[in-house]
Parts: sequence; structure tokens; C-alpha cells
Amino acid sequence: MSVVITAILVLLILALIFGAILGYAAIRFRVEGDPIVDQINALLPQTQCGQCGHPGCKPYAEGIANGGEPINKCPPGGESTIQALADLLDVEVLPLDAEHGEEKPRTVAYIREAECIGCTKCIQACPVDAILGAAKQMHTVIVDECTGCDLCVEPCPVDCIDMVPLPTTTQNWKWDYPLPPQGLIATDRGAL
Amino acid sequence: MEQPIRIWDIHGGIHPEENKHQSVQRGLETPPLPKRLILPLLQHIGARSEPVVAVGDSVLKGQMLAEASGMVSSALHAPTSGTVTAIGPAAFPHASGLEEWAITLESDGRDQWTTLQPIVDYRQLEAPSLLEIIRTAGISGMGGAGFPTSVKLKARPEQKIHTLIINGTECEPYITADDTAMRYRAPEVVSGIEILMHILKPDEVLIGIEDNKPEALEAMRRAVGDKAMQVVSFPTKYPSGGEKQLIQILTGKEVPSGGLPADIGMVCQNIGTMIAIHDAVILGQPLISRVTTLTGAALSRPTNVLALIGTPIRDLLEFAGVQPDKLYRLVMGGPMMGFTLQSLDAPVIKTSNCLLAGTRDELPPPPAAQPCIRCGLCSEVCPAALLPQQLHWFAMGKDYDQLKRLNLFDCIECGACSYVCPSSIPLVQYYRASKAEIRALDLQQHKADHSKQRFEHRLQRLEREAEQKELERQARAEKAARMKAAKEQQAVNAASVSGEEQPDVARLEANKPTGLTADQKQLKIAAATAQMALKKARKQLASNPDSDELKAQIPELENACEQTQRAYDEALGETSVKTAPPPSSGADDEAKRLKIEAAMIRASLKKAERAAGESPTEEQQKEIHALREQVATAEARLPQVDTPKKPVDENIKKAKLDAAMAKAELKKAERSLAENPSDPSLQAGVEGARSKLNDALQKVEQSEANSTVPPPARERVDKKPIDDTTRQLKTDMAMAKAAFRKAERALQDGPDNQQLEAELTEARKALDSAAKAFADHMASKETD
Repeated sequence: MSVVITAILVLLILALIFGAILGYAAIRFRVEGDPIVDQINALLPQTQCGQCGHPGCKPYAEGIANGGEPINKCPPGGESTIQALADLLDVEVLPLDAEHGEEKPRTVAYIREAECIGCTKCIQACPVDAILGAAKQMHTVIVDECTGCDLCVEPCPVDCIDMVPLPTTTQNWKWDYPLPPQGLIATDRGAL
Repeated sequence: MEQPIRIWDIHGGIHPEENKHQSVQRGLETPPLPKRLILPLLQHIGARSEPVVAVGDSVLKGQMLAEASGMVSSALHAPTSGTVTAIGPAAFPHASGLEEWAITLESDGRDQWTTLQPIVDYRQLEAPSLLEIIRTAGISGMGGAGFPTSVKLKARPEQKIHTLIINGTECEPYITADDTAMRYRAPEVVSGIEILMHILKPDEVLIGIEDNKPEALEAMRRAVGDKAMQVVSFPTKYPSGGEKQLIQILTGKEVPSGGLPADIGMVCQNIGTMIAIHDAVILGQPLISRVTTLTGAALSRPTNVLALIGTPIRDLLEFAGVQPDKLYRLVMGGPMMGFTLQSLDAPVIKTSNCLLAGTRDELPPPPAAQPCIRCGLCSEVCPAALLPQQLHWFAMGKDYDQLKRLNLFDCIECGACSYVCPSSIPLVQYYRASKAEIRALDLQQHKADHSKQRFEHRLQRLEREAEQKELERQARAEKAARMKAAKEQQAVNAASVSGEEQPDVARLEANKPTGLTADQKQLKIAAATAQMALKKARKQLASNPDSDELKAQIPELENACEQTQRAYDEALGETSVKTAPPPSSGADDEAKRLKIEAAMIRASLKKAERAAGESPTEEQQKEIHALREQVATAEARLPQVDTPKKPVDENIKKAKLDAAMAKAELKKAERSLAENPSDPSLQAGVEGARSKLNDALQKVEQSEANSTVPPPARERVDKKPIDDTTRQLKTDMAMAKAAFRKAERALQDGPDNQQLEAELTEARKALDSAAKAFADHMASKETD
């Protein structure tokens, strides 16, 4: 009987010691902030377009991390972002949720300057301060800063903002991948 | 002559057919002046040049057309004299076939030089000024990449360059531009190297030339003579001419992955660049031409030409006798690393070392790629010791992380792997596509980070603005509350004052030390005036800080102000010795305080009643009730304090009351008389009222005399019968004072208002004069 009691006592003491160590470690090595939110946020395209239904990329990242939001709500990020998020969170890759829009080539806002009335509404809408102008002065878009989020199109009272795809120049032109090799075996070719 | 230098070997390498003999038979030729030149603004790595000419401008040969637009950029000069006809997108030699911004120059045929500024003795100049000359001459690497030379030379300012390597390897088949340059312009090459030696002060200078160019080796050895540089010959192998490969061959050292030769204290420069440096420094000529090889089986007379930058390729091919029916593929650069041109209109640019016009036999279409058989030949020939096969698999699978891990970016795209591949896999194309994709993704990531930062900054800014607004709103609310309180206080004060029937002037006078003599008064006024002038001058200076006149005035005024103040203080000191101010009793103060309190409560009660109006709410009623109670208690306390202080006899009180009534009557009568001075009945009324008042006053005196209570120390024995002038003056003064107050208040509400300020000054002046007139009058009366 005394053996049993001794064993219980020993285990109890051990439990107390390890509990104290764990408790100390929890305080000593406390992680500030929520690293997973930042990691998810870093993968998002930061267009701040709100197509996911959240007011910006970080809120969506928080939604994914805490609220169990699906990872397929980001049209600007497209497949590659979904893939990256799936890798990070170790979840299933989902096809892009068509409800929130489809993946489009990158565009930038373009203001038809002759028609701009200088109302500053688009300036207030721009999440990255990429529109330059003042009240009753013509506005223009700083192309390098524009994320192509669309948010300025809606508020414009004279509809003078277009979303135009970025032109290909010698600077951003990319070599094409070679065509995949043709199958040597007849059945392979047939399958293609 | 030279001690034999040890040569190392590089990994891999191939020995393709050289095909160099075709183009070296005719020496260095000069093609005819082209009619039209296309000068792209992006002939180098970095930012586009910024045009400094406009369409229609006439330019001379060597004149700057566009300047460097950033740190990594290059200038552009007119290769001949003529007229600028267009600035805009034009044909450009690029694998994509896309257009690029360019200045189009119509030649006038005179080929007239602008004024050149050659350096007589460059050894007198410091390195930075020589680098600036190289930069303004628009020199960028002429070997192929086109990195601006001045930037490359100072890429690692903290790292001492101990070895300067001149690249005369020219390992790629067909190309003989550097070979020709060395054969025919060796002295210029050596002169350029000497300039670089003066800039960099290296310990060692190595000129690396492959042993398949004996004439060039000979010419260079002759030109070098016994100068402190070594011409090194080494076995021919492709791609020995790669910068990193050449460094390894000549020194045995490897440039770290992702690093620059400057990281290990070396700089590698091309032969053509040396000639350009010589021309720029010694002759003062900017970079406007280069040696270009025209070769290929489709040309009837392949040769090397000194081509003006911007010469359309069509012109050069015609000069070399192109046979259009034979031309199958036109490549800019060599067969290994060059790219197919899609337009003959594209010009020769600073990096165009060769034009290869190949027939179908010479440059056959690539055979269809077969699957990789993992033979490993590619990794055997890779000069960078990479694993091309692995890179190929990961490139097909678009696994960019793995590609980076396998050092894809150390690939120099030499094409050796594709050359040896038995399955004819276009390996280099996979690598180029993957590199472009990774760069684009990196750029996108960079942009996303940048956008994130901007977004966060915007949020912070909005928050800050909201905070600011809130603070301002609070400040405004506080100010409004203060104003309201001040107004109420004023109302209370007015009520308590009117309760005592104290005239305004008297109240003001009470604040001042009483019993001033005429002299003192005058002094006081003088002091006040001086102070005012000083204040005014200071204000003016604040709004106009550059005025020397004002600056000079201030000390004067300060002095005057001090003097007058001192004089006044002294005068005051004399009297204050004589008449110490009457000590105010604590009881008096207490009574006053209680009175004020009671008045305040009364005022708020009145206000509450007014606010409640006809139909007060329950809350208001409660409030009014509470206030009433407060008034009652406050008033109850008043007589308690008052009574012990002033044991007033009932009789006296009554007499006094009568006297006051009589006085009021008299005043009234006097007023009506003033309106109708000719009315005799009114005159009689005044007389009557006066006599009544006299009676009443007598009664007061009598009752006081009879009273058991000792008469209070009477400060007011009798109110001196004021003569009309005094009254008039007093009224004037009071009015002026009121106007001044009003102006002051207005200015407080709306500072920075010029008009208000002017009004205030005006009011102040009026007040001063009124006060002075009054003081004068009093003084004259006292002397009477």
C-alpha cells in the first residue's frame, strides 16, 4: 500500500515541477502578436480591393487565421495565392470562389484627364494613396503605386476612370516556356 | 618580356565550330553614313535616358541627345549631325520584337562635330572627375550586358580593386569584333586601360585573349610593350569569355554566388569599352560608334565595321552584301547566346557586337525536343557547375523555390547544355523563362509589400487626422464653454454692481490706487503710453521680422517704457509713504464673497426660470426649486454677516431712504429740465426737489447724531457737487473705455483681423485722450 502512495506522491511532485516549468516558459517565451496572421498577410497580394468581403488584406488574413474563412476568396491573388496559403496552412487547395470575382490580368486605373472634374472622391477611395490631385484640379494615377483594386471606379461621378491592363514593354516582357516535348510513343501523342 | 602566368581551367565548356575566319578578311571597314538613325533610350541596363532635345532640333555630331536619368543609367549622343525627326516608340533589337522609345535622327550628310573637350593630361584629374567624364560620354559595357561602366567601376566603393581584367576572349563562334578592334586599334585599347589603371590603381592588370586570335595577341603585346600589364593567352574553349569564367581562368578565384567580381577585389572590362574610354577622355568624343561583326553565309562579303550607334540593321546588311533569298534567320549576337531579330529596321545599339545572317543550313530550325534521358552531358559541360537536368525538371514543374535552391541565377545562359543535349531540349529557354517568372514574382512581392506599407501609412494618417479633428472639436467646445461662463460671470458682476449702484467709472477707479496727484497721473499715463507703443512695435516686428527700422525702434521704446515706469513708481512711492492703503477688513471680504455667491445663484435661478418658460419640465422644476432654496440660504447668511458689521439705526435708515428718494427725484427733475430748459415749471420742480433733498440729508445727519450707534467712519462725507465739465469728461472717459473694451473683445474673438486691430488702437487712443483730459481737469480743479 505504501508503495502505491509513494508512487502517487512521486508522480504528484513531478507533475508540480513540470507544471511550474511549463508555466514559467509560457510567460518567459510568450509570443507577441499573432504570427500566423502576419504570415498569411504576407502571402496576400495587398491590393486592398475588398473583393473578399473584408476591408483590406489584413482583415482577410485575420479572418482566415481566426474565423475559419476559406482561402479561395482572393481573385487578385488567384491560383498562386491559394496554393501558397494551402501550403502554409496545410489545408486542401480550393478552386477560386467565383462569387468574389475571377482572376484577371493585372490592371491599373487610368483617369481620362479631360473629363475629370476634380471631385477628390477617387482620392478618398484609393487605399494606397496612388491618386494625385486636389479639389477642382485634375487628378491622375501614379501607375507604379496603383494596385489595380478597382475601388476608385465606383465613386467617380463622371465615370472617367478606366481599368487598363499594363502594356508589355521590353522591361517586363518574359520569355515563353518552350512547348512541352511531343510524346515519343504513339499512345502518348494520341492522349494529347 | 613577361613571366609566364599560371592559368586555371573552368568546369565544363564546349568546342563548337568557330567560324571566325569569314569576317576577319577585310579588316575594319567604315560603312556609308546612314540617312536615318534610330537611337533607343534604353541601350543599357537601368533606367531610360531622358531626352534633352525636342523634335525639330538640329544637332551636331557628338551632341548629347539624352542624359542619364538616374544612378544606373546612361547618356546618349548624336552619332552624326542632323535633325531630330521623332521621339517615340521605334523598332528595337530585342528578343520580344517590341518597340522601345527612341530618338530618330535624320542625317544632314555633313557629319559635323560639335566642340569637343579633350583632356590634355588625364593624370592630373582625380578618379571621380574621370568617372564623371565616362558617365557623361554615355559609356556602358560593350560586351553584351550593357551595364553603365562608371557604375560598374565604383560598384563596391569600400572594396579595393586589386586586379583589373580586360576581356579579349571573345569565345562565341562567328564573332570577331573584339578581335578586329585589338588588331587595328590596340594602342587605343591600351590607352583606355591606362586610364582605368589611373582610376582604380590596381596591383595587377591582366588582358585575357584566347589562343585562336594570334594576330590580336601579337598586336596587343606590341601595344603593351613594357607597361605594367600582362597579356595572357589561354586555350580556346566556350564559354571562357563569361566574366566569372574569365576571372576563374586568370586568377583561379570564383566570384561568390549572387555576388559581383568587385566583391573579391576584381573588375572585368571589355575591349570595346576600353576604346570608348580612350575616345571619351583623350579625344573628348562620346560613345557614338562601335565595332560590329557582320557575318553569316547569307552575306556575300562578311566583315567588321565601325558602325554608328543607331544605324539601321538593313543598311549594314546591304553594305555587307546580303542575299535576301538566302537569309533564313538573322541573329543579333552569336549563335549560342544571341537572339533572333524580327525586324530589319531595328538599329545597332551599344551592345550589338555581331549580326549573324544565317542561311537555313547554317542555322537550321531546332529539332523537336525529346524527353530527357538523364544522360548527364549537360552537367558535364556547365561552366557554372550547375545541374541543368535538375533545373530542367523543376522549371517544367515551375517549382521556383527548388530552382532558387539549385542556384538558377548563377546560370549565365551560355547554351552549352542545350548544345550537347542529345534530346535537343531547349534548356536555356526553360531557364530564361523561369528566371523571368521568378523576377516577376519577386517584383510582385516587392510591390505587395510596398502597397501594404502605403496602406498602413494611410490608415495611420487617417487615424491621426481624426484624432486631430477630435482635439480641435474639444478645444472649440471648451472655448465656447469658457466664453459662456465668462458671459454669465459678467452678468453676475453687472447684477452685483448695479445692486450697489456703482457707476462704471467708479468701479474702474476702484481698481486703481486712489489719491493720485496730478503729477502721478500724468506719469502714469506717460508710462502706459510708452508701454503701448512698445507693444505695438513688437507686434509689427512679429509680422514683419525683416524691418531694420522696427528692430532699432524696439530698444528705444523699451528704454522709454522703463524710464516712464520708473518715474511713475518713484512718484507713487512718495505718496504711498504718506497714505498707506486702508487695510481691508476680513469681514468685508467675506460679505462681498457671500453677496457675489448669492447674486450668482440668483442669476442661475433666473436663467433656469427663463429656460423653463411657461411649462417647465419636471427636471427643470426640480432644478428651479433647488436653486430657490440655495438663494434663500445664501440670502439668509447675508444679513448674519452684515448685521454685526453695520448696526444701522432704523431712523437713520428711514432718513437715508428718504434722502435717496429725494435725490432720485431731483435727478429726474434735472433731466427733464435739461430736455426743456425753458420750461419754468420744471425749473420750479428742480428747485423743490433740491430743497427736499437738502431736508432729507439734514434729517439723516440729525438721526445719525441722535443715534446711539456710532456713525460709520464716513468715507463719503458728501458727494462733491460735480460740475458739468467734470461729469462730461467722466462720461467721455467711460464711453471711451467701453468702446475700448468692446474692441478688445472683438479682437479676442477674431484675432489676425487688421481692421479690428486698427479699431482697437483707435479706441485706445480715444481712451487715453479722454483719461488725460479728465486728469488735467481734476488737476486744475485741485489747484483752484
